[in-house]
Amino acid sequence: MIEQTPRERPVNILIKAAGYSSILFVTVIFIFLMREGLPALANVKLSSLLGTVWYPIEGYFGIWPLFFGSLIVTLTAILIAIPLGVGTSLYISEIAPMWIKNLLKPLIEILAGLPSVVLGFIGIQVAVPFMRQSLNLPTGLSGLTGAILLAFIATPTIVSISEDALNTVPSAYRQAALALGATQWQTIWNITLPAARSGVITAVMLGVGRAIGETMAVMMVTGNAPVMPHGLDAIFLPVRTMTATIASEMGEVATGSPHYQVLFFIGIILFTLSLTINVIASWVSTRGRKRSERSLS
Amino acid sequence: MTDGLQSNPVLISSHRQQKISYWMVRLITLITVLPILAIVIYIIVKGAPSISWQFITDFPRNGMREGGIWPAIIGTFYLTLGTAVFSVPLGVAAGVYIAEYASDNRWTRLIRIAIINLAGIPSVVYGLFGLGVFVLFLKFGTSILASCLTLSIMTLPTIISTTEEALRQVPYSFRVVSRSLGATHWQTTWRIVLPQALPGVLTGVILGLERAAGETAPILFTGVSFFLPQLPNSILDATMALPYHIFVISTSVPGMPIRIQYGTVLVLLVFVLGMNLIASIVRIRARAKRQW
Repeated sequence: MIEQTPRERPVNILIKAAGYSSILFVTVIFIFLMREGLPALANVKLSSLLGTVWYPIEGYFGIWPLFFGSLIVTLTAILIAIPLGVGTSLYISEIAPMWIKNLLKPLIEILAGLPSVVLGFIGIQVAVPFMRQSLNLPTGLSGLTGAILLAFIATPTIVSISEDALNTVPSAYRQAALALGATQWQTIWNITLPAARSGVITAVMLGVGRAIGETMAVMMVTGNAPVMPHGLDAIFLPVRTMTATIASEMGEVATGSPHYQVLFFIGIILFTLSLTINVIASWVSTRGRKRSERSLS
Repeated sequence: MTDGLQSNPVLISSHRQQKISYWMVRLITLITVLPILAIVIYIIVKGAPSISWQFITDFPRNGMREGGIWPAIIGTFYLTLGTAVFSVPLGVAAGVYIAEYASDNRWTRLIRIAIINLAGIPSVVYGLFGLGVFVLFLKFGTSILASCLTLSIMTLPTIISTTEEALRQVPYSFRVVSRSLGATHWQTTWRIVLPQALPGVLTGVILGLERAAGETAPILFTGVSFFLPQLPNSILDATMALPYHIFVISTSVPGMPIRIQYGTVLVLLVFVLGMNLIASIVRIRARAKRQW
């Protein structure tokens, strides 16, 4: 068998290089974030970085309020998105007749494709006034408004991945349960969903990753107030996430200033968070796949 | 038989449970799907009246409050096209490597982890990266080039994964037959496997570019300006773009007519959903024609 002609050698080398380019890009991204962001640790006092006040003009660079802003918005969003996403994927994969399935899947794809700036715009025009009136808040620009938009951004990710997971559950499982007298719903809830558990967990984790990293929609509707949240009602007040801080302040800082470095430092935090979430998610899904291969053989 | 079923309280309650659960799942699906439809229809209804030939082909006037959005439309077009120039050859080649060339070893697993991570990096972090590498380090300045390169790396994971998936769906026998007839590895890939997988590859490319066209955060500090008096002349000029334009006119311009805001959003929506539609058509037509 002829592996390659001499003329093809460069082509094959190029293809191999392209294959490895992803590793190169992740490394370069990491190195450049470090290069621009790590000097922040030398130029800004640690007590300032770990403080609770974000007021860059006066030299206060407390990251905690931004971190907690991201945290409460993301957590609330994911609490809304889990039932929506998993429920929809159950309906599409297990219950819906074919023609509804063919109608729903493109719709979910449209949601996944809606630019976040469009969702943010609708948020400003519709969701913000609605929240202010219905919850009687001083302003509709709040963490909760952001969380609701984020939930809709995270949902398509959860739907498509957990639907894939549900589809790979062997039909023998379902047939066995039904043959033993379980109803359709008992089969779905007690057999199919637990069997697809690791895929569903992966889906939720990637949804969390999507929500933490979302920038524009959150920036437009959360009110951009970098204050430390106090108590549980903080979700009804304006907050500011890490992503929104970078996006709204990077345009105005001097290159190489401490403020610039701290914004890159926040970038390092975001990068590390998404790295951790993705590595754990892929670990959960491979472990789940291996376990199901074992139990099937 | 029916009597037996009805007199059995356990069975009846589990049937009722099924009924209730099914309705709940249906309700949840409606809550997920209805807002999407509502948003799209709402934007079309509110935006359609402001769409006119003049709105699309004119420059903005009077601080964006009058005139059209031509420079933003053409800017988004340039950015999407420029992104395709870099990301399509690189992404497809990487997909080919993983599906057709790579063996399942530690390096390939590392590549996979890298792709998963590229897909997960927040778009605003891509913006930081583009600013650090392309704008400042390589001295491209705030330019179309810097934005396109940033967007390219962001779209790579989508293109790579869908290319790989499309190639894997081509039956193995195609490769065996081609190789047994004396074709080399590359000839088999280029002439046999890739053409068969083309619709799938194309779908992935369009979906990746669709995301690039709608993104704001990665171009925020790498290549867009809110207002430019003329169209960009070279790839080293900054440009206007629809997503950023929407962001600014909906948050920072006082007295911005709501008509123009909805019109601009509608144009971006048509741009993005149009690409989505093309991808769907490619996929459906290919599925109908496929013989394996």
